[in-house]
Amino acid sequence: MDFKTTVFFFLSAILIFAGLRVITARNPVHAVLHLILAFFTSAGLWLLLQAEFLAMVLVMVYIGAVMVLFLFVVMMLDINLDQLRQGFWKYLPLGAVIGILIAIEMGMVLGSRYFQVLDSEVPGVAANASNTRELGALLSTDYVYPFELAAVVLLVAIVAAVALTFRGPKKTRYTDPAAQIRVKAADRVRVVKMPVEKQD
Amino acid sequence: MFNDFVAPSLYPAAPEIFLLFMACVILLVDLGVKSPRRTLTFVLTQLTLLGCAAITLLTSNTEVVYTFSGMFVDDMMADLLKLLVYGAVMLALFYSREYIQDRQAIPKGEYFVLALLATLGMLVMISANHFLTLYLGLEMMSLSLYAMVALNRESAISTEAAMKYFILGALASGLLLYGMSMIYGATGSLEITEVGERLYTYSVDKSVLVFGIVFLVAGLAFKLGVVPFHMWVPDVYHGAPTSVTLFIAAAPKLAAFAIVMRLLVSGLITQAADWQGMLIVLSVLSMGIGNLVAIAQTNIKRMLAYSAISHMGFMLLGIVTGVVGGDARFALNAYSSAMFYVVTYVLTTLAGFGLIMMLTRAGFESDELDDFKGLNKRSPWFAAMMMFVMLSMAGIPFFVGFFAKFSVLQAVVAAGYYWLAVAAVLFSLVGAFYYLRVVKLMYFDEPKIQEPIEGPLFIKVLVSANGLAVAALGLFPQFLMSLCAYALMRSLT
Amino acid sequence: MDTLMQFGTGVFGTAWPAVWTLIKIVLIVAPLMLGVAYLTYAERKVIGYMQVRIGPNRVGPLGLLQPIADGVKLLLKEIVVPSGANRFLFVIAPMLSLAPALAAWAVVPFTDTLVLADIDASLLYILAIGSMGVYGVVLAGWASNSKYAFLGAMRAAAQIVSYEIAMGFALVVVLMVSGSLNLVDIVQSQQKGTFADMGLNFLSWNWLPLLPLFVVYFISGVAETNRAPFDVAEGESEIVAGFHVDYSGMAFAVFFLAEYAEMILIATLTSLLFLGGWSSPVAFLPDGIVWLLAKICFMLLFFLWFRATFPRYRYDHIMRLGWKVFIPLTVVWLFVVGIWMMSPLNIWK
Repeated sequence: MDFKTTVFFFLSAILIFAGLRVITARNPVHAVLHLILAFFTSAGLWLLLQAEFLAMVLVMVYIGAVMVLFLFVVMMLDINLDQLRQGFWKYLPLGAVIGILIAIEMGMVLGSRYFQVLDSEVPGVAANASNTRELGALLSTDYVYPFELAAVVLLVAIVAAVALTFRGPKKTRYTDPAAQIRVKAADRVRVVKMPVEKQD
Repeated sequence: MFNDFVAPSLYPAAPEIFLLFMACVILLVDLGVKSPRRTLTFVLTQLTLLGCAAITLLTSNTEVVYTFSGMFVDDMMADLLKLLVYGAVMLALFYSREYIQDRQAIPKGEYFVLALLATLGMLVMISANHFLTLYLGLEMMSLSLYAMVALNRESAISTEAAMKYFILGALASGLLLYGMSMIYGATGSLEITEVGERLYTYSVDKSVLVFGIVFLVAGLAFKLGVVPFHMWVPDVYHGAPTSVTLFIAAAPKLAAFAIVMRLLVSGLITQAADWQGMLIVLSVLSMGIGNLVAIAQTNIKRMLAYSAISHMGFMLLGIVTGVVGGDARFALNAYSSAMFYVVTYVLTTLAGFGLIMMLTRAGFESDELDDFKGLNKRSPWFAAMMMFVMLSMAGIPFFVGFFAKFSVLQAVVAAGYYWLAVAAVLFSLVGAFYYLRVVKLMYFDEPKIQEPIEGPLFIKVLVSANGLAVAALGLFPQFLMSLCAYALMRSLT
Repeated sequence: MDTLMQFGTGVFGTAWPAVWTLIKIVLIVAPLMLGVAYLTYAERKVIGYMQVRIGPNRVGPLGLLQPIADGVKLLLKEIVVPSGANRFLFVIAPMLSLAPALAAWAVVPFTDTLVLADIDASLLYILAIGSMGVYGVVLAGWASNSKYAFLGAMRAAAQIVSYEIAMGFALVVVLMVSGSLNLVDIVQSQQKGTFADMGLNFLSWNWLPLLPLFVVYFISGVAETNRAPFDVAEGESEIVAGFHVDYSGMAFAVFFLAEYAEMILIATLTSLLFLGGWSSPVAFLPDGIVWLLAKICFMLLFFLWFRATFPRYRYDHIMRLGWKVFIPLTVVWLFVVGIWMMSPLNIWK
């Protein structure tokens, strides 16, 4: 087993462990932290595949931004775990069946020797090829259409989020110092002349 | 490195580009619109759709054109479906206008923009020739729809419906993606036509492929809303504001039909034997459960939701019977019958929900069956329109729904699935019961509410025209039928 | 150098490359830690002079041993773990805060050859690693099980995430003009241009053509490190000491180290990206690491100067500055530079 394989198995083991902990951890904050660990290790795996750009972006986008906000929200949640566990036994059979199905499928996929047969034409990486440059070129040539579509999907998400949460600007009261200075006595006090009223 | 890259032709995608551009413009213009009616936004939205229709018509030709490195396909089927989508969206927005006006909580400007972006998603789906673009179009449409369902922010039931829709929709997207990645693994291509070619020329590992197809079909079934993936349909139809229900019930069905055709027929036709079996199960279950459960409903939106489930099941019959035992003689006939079915269903649904919305007022939803009691006394004209809709949905001759069912059944019989045809007819008979119940309520019961039906004349005329179209197409279905057949003939090669 | 290599191979055999890397890491980290220690000293001295005080002057000549004394004090103090705290996270949080600040140094070049790992996408690496620093703060706040700490953590998280975007955009423009994600290339690309041909190298550095981004980047850097005037995460007058209110002894010291190491990192990056790194300001003087160190010290002075000068921002003002000023500014400048580069006036060919 060479160095690379060792690293691969090491990272994979951590990844699987972290993945399992995400769904088994009792504390949601721990689950999120394990998810972060999972992202980080998968970034490591991508590095092994020489996809350094993707690995960095995974770290930057998911760990650096998405998961921070996620953690932010989860920390503020007050989850009653017992309540969450109530339906567990009721849904277990269905969940188990689906889980077993997926496991069988995985087995069949891994068992089939297909992945070496048809498409072994993975483009060889030139020695000094820059991942970033290649990806950038691909995104702005062949994949420009899905790239733009993804941008529109993000736009939709923004519009939707704003439409659902924005309820108009807040009506705050504040003092305007300039107006306070400009004020004249006449604006403040108005002397009104009126006849004396009799008391009766 | 990429010097040999040729800039893609934008010409086939002109409607999408125009729509996106206008959606952004409208988003900005709406900032400056102060009137609560948002007339400018509304007019611009409708003009945009009209403009799209014009562009689609102008750029339409009978050839199949690919662009964006084969990710985008423009064929006759796409053009026809897109035109129908524009029509459905325009009608839905016209009908919605008064409804959303009466409801303070709904943000008006965003409503139209989201509707446009959802339309863009549908167009992308219709023209998708690549798993990526198909998925992105689907997400674009779905995200907009989730938000639209939740737009009535003061209604807890809408929020709940949106939540359910969102979570189940995300799950369905996951299934679809999983299936796509399996198929990618099996064939080594993400381009749908390329997948079809590779499956034809190479021998591919069956187990991976079949499992991919299972997930793909499950994901599609979710999006179509057929049993057993139908859970979200009644809740969303019921919970969403009626205008949004109308929106969801109409145009997205056309887009869903398109992706079923792209994925299963263009991409995986060689594996037809595998997915047809699954679709038969889905279809029979949908017709059965949809029709039976609809009987028990007291809310007309829920009832129409179950009816939608059964209709989608019926439509699948047309797709199932395209290829029988490697024999594709009847393919064109079967697929065009399915297309005709979807188109007429959308037309009928539009009229149905349009009528429901005519009856609503501020603070009154009119979505219970009882609200339709004695509609004949209040307005004989609209009662007649509603009757047309119900009879058409039930498949009574000579409304358009009858011909839709008839042509699908013809395809089923031609394919030799006699038992399937019998089952379909039986379930349709069951379905007729609850459609006719609405007719009975309208004509033979005493009205609970006496108020006459109000609304702008234009909308009244439009709804009436829509209702009459349901009847008229029943008398002259030939034109639309042959249009569908022609479009498909030009697209499927 | 060759004899050293031969000697190393002789002693350690095949493990020598790994050992050599370790030695290099130590050679970077040890001076860094020393730098951190004396940065605290410098901070107290500089702020002292600015406020017409003398600053520390008791321990050693000129108070030069003050940081050592502080370090020893913190080492000997007890680490108190609050009773309701999440023990594991409480302990690990300071390390999570320090680790990214140190890990980023792996790709920082000191001269064109003196760099631990000359990887292709080093700028991206720094961005990625830098974005992880926030976890230490957030987890510290949460694990302490204290409302002040939690408030501090929330403020820090929101602030860091917001300013990261502006920072990222500023870096995008830098990589656009230099056409590389490699820090060595970025520095070298700043050494040519009209002014460099005239011998006035310092006018060819990125700071001049990208002046707004230079300012945005550095201010965002100050915000990223939660330094004054953006130190609402600590905000001792409002939330006591923010996220590390419950930390004591060495655990607190590690947070302290992380903050100052981060400061030095930001100063270094600013020097590399905008101030020409190790290149000398005028052509007749040789390039060298001295210049880089001088520039780092110059940028660090700003950190201290800001702290002595500006009052703390209000929280909503921080957010407004980040989202409504910096991000639009950088996006606009991105377009401006893009158009500039496409126009015949392009100066970065």
